[in-house]
Amino acid sequence: MNWTWFHRLGSPPHIYRLAQQLTPWFAWPAAALILTALYGGLVLAPPDYQQGDGFRIIYMHAPAAWMSLMVYTTMAVAAAVALIWRMKVAHAVAASCAPIGASFTFAALVTGSLWGEPMWGTWWEWDPRLTSELILLFLYLGYMGLRGAIEDPQRADRTSAVLAVVGIVNVPIIHYSVTWWNSLHQAPSVMRLGKPQLSLPMLWPLLVMLLGFTLYFVAVLLVRLRGEILLRERSASWIREVVGT
Amino acid sequence: MREFFDMGGYAAFLWPSYAVTLGVAVINVIWARRSLARAMAAARRRLAAGADS
Amino acid sequence: MDEAGNSALPSGAAPVVGGATVWADAASVLDAARLVLERDLQLAMRRRGQLVQPLAFFAIVTTLFPLAISPELARLREVAAGVLWVAALLASLLALEFLFRDDAYDGTLEQYALSGQPLTGLMFAKTAAHWLLTGVPLALMAPLAALSLGAPAGSLPGIVASVAVGTVALSLIGSIGAALTLGIRRSGVLLALLTLPLSLPVLIFGARASELAIRGESYLAPLELLAALAVLGITLAPLACAAAVRISLE
Repeated sequence: MNWTWFHRLGSPPHIYRLAQQLTPWFAWPAAALILTALYGGLVLAPPDYQQGDGFRIIYMHAPAAWMSLMVYTTMAVAAAVALIWRMKVAHAVAASCAPIGASFTFAALVTGSLWGEPMWGTWWEWDPRLTSELILLFLYLGYMGLRGAIEDPQRADRTSAVLAVVGIVNVPIIHYSVTWWNSLHQAPSVMRLGKPQLSLPMLWPLLVMLLGFTLYFVAVLLVRLRGEILLRERSASWIREVVGT
Repeated sequence: MREFFDMGGYAAFLWPSYAVTLGVAVINVIWARRSLARAMAAARRRLAAGADS
Repeated sequence: MDEAGNSALPSGAAPVVGGATVWADAASVLDAARLVLERDLQLAMRRRGQLVQPLAFFAIVTTLFPLAISPELARLREVAAGVLWVAALLASLLALEFLFRDDAYDGTLEQYALSGQPLTGLMFAKTAAHWLLTGVPLALMAPLAALSLGAPAGSLPGIVASVAVGTVALSLIGSIGAALTLGIRRSGVLLALLTLPLSLPVLIFGARASELAIRGESYLAPLELLAALAVLGITLAPLACAAAVRISLE
């Protein structure tokens, strides 16, 4: 098997140009998909039998939660690749992920709370999914805090990479233990963060929204990645072309 | 149209949810572009300093 | 450096354990690990004041809750397991600061890394020493705290067991955070921010086991889950810890 393509992925100038070229191919379809899903979810989909129009929050909450997990996974995989193959570009990918993931985790918590109030009657319940999201936010903040606390950029990269890998091993454990804990104390009247029965007209906008946000993530990642690569590149020649003087 | 904005009485929860999530999405785009611009400016400064020395 | 390869250590650090033997000369990683363990225990015994601090902290935190909630034992009994475990978790966190600090300061950590012995094994030994010096005393103190919070005498074996097993996992998880924050100035809060989320499963299962013990029910299930976490920690944590130590020594 010819592994040149993989090793070329480690070449910063190559990745930089690739990122620049690919961004619009992800950004525009993402926008189109999200707008389509918005129309489908807000206008076309019928109200839910139990939750009425309130269920439409799912079209924002589910993608936010999906983003928070997907981005963390990407970050951890990039970190692992960076540690194993010593690729600076992979470190740049991991660094790019953190702010995106943290902000969407925040959005997932806010939308979860807003969804919960009309459903549960309180602004917060220690629902297993929301509690896991909160812990995920702490994991992101810890990662970003660790990065910020170490001055040497290479050491910051590698230390936070270890943390990211340790974190991803923990995510399923944390999720399992929180679900276990919650099930012990489940009062029968408390409704879990509502899973409305999704018929097809309600389901397709959700799937389109998830896909749209995934493409959106790649687009934003590619933009951040370029900046992170520039920060890690000392050799002048290829930067000069790209950045202008 | 009025009914649409009312969202069956859930408007106070639904629209802020959309605002927050879409807002985070927009902010991330702006934030990413800003950080790229800053990195490019820093690179330009480094190159200028290097070229002059 | 003298013939045995020891750099001149500042006073207050232990002379090399077992005469001139250095970890690099140890016949196997087990011997080296044993030397590291003995060294850490001996050093700690010289500074007994430091050993007591996490325990005193545990006692103080446990006292905070009745003062903040109510002196009624019936009410306290309901939250006893949780209070106990939060206090133990925080005390264990406090004790982590001492895990690497002195060794990093006097260069011993570098010697470990350069010794040619698997750093993973040596880190496991250090963590084991940490548990013996922190976790075991906490497990022995926990019954007292539990009684003061209204727990019945029959619950004490279960409480000791859960804290003893849980602190194994806490020491292991904590060693990762301590290694990651090596050399960062004033890293106490950051260490807590990193370690606490990773420790939450231990807290959940440990508190549940203690709760069941207090209620007089079987606490075997959460205890087994705690043991599983400890085993997982033993397998994986020293690896991550060693990787983090190497990175910080570069």
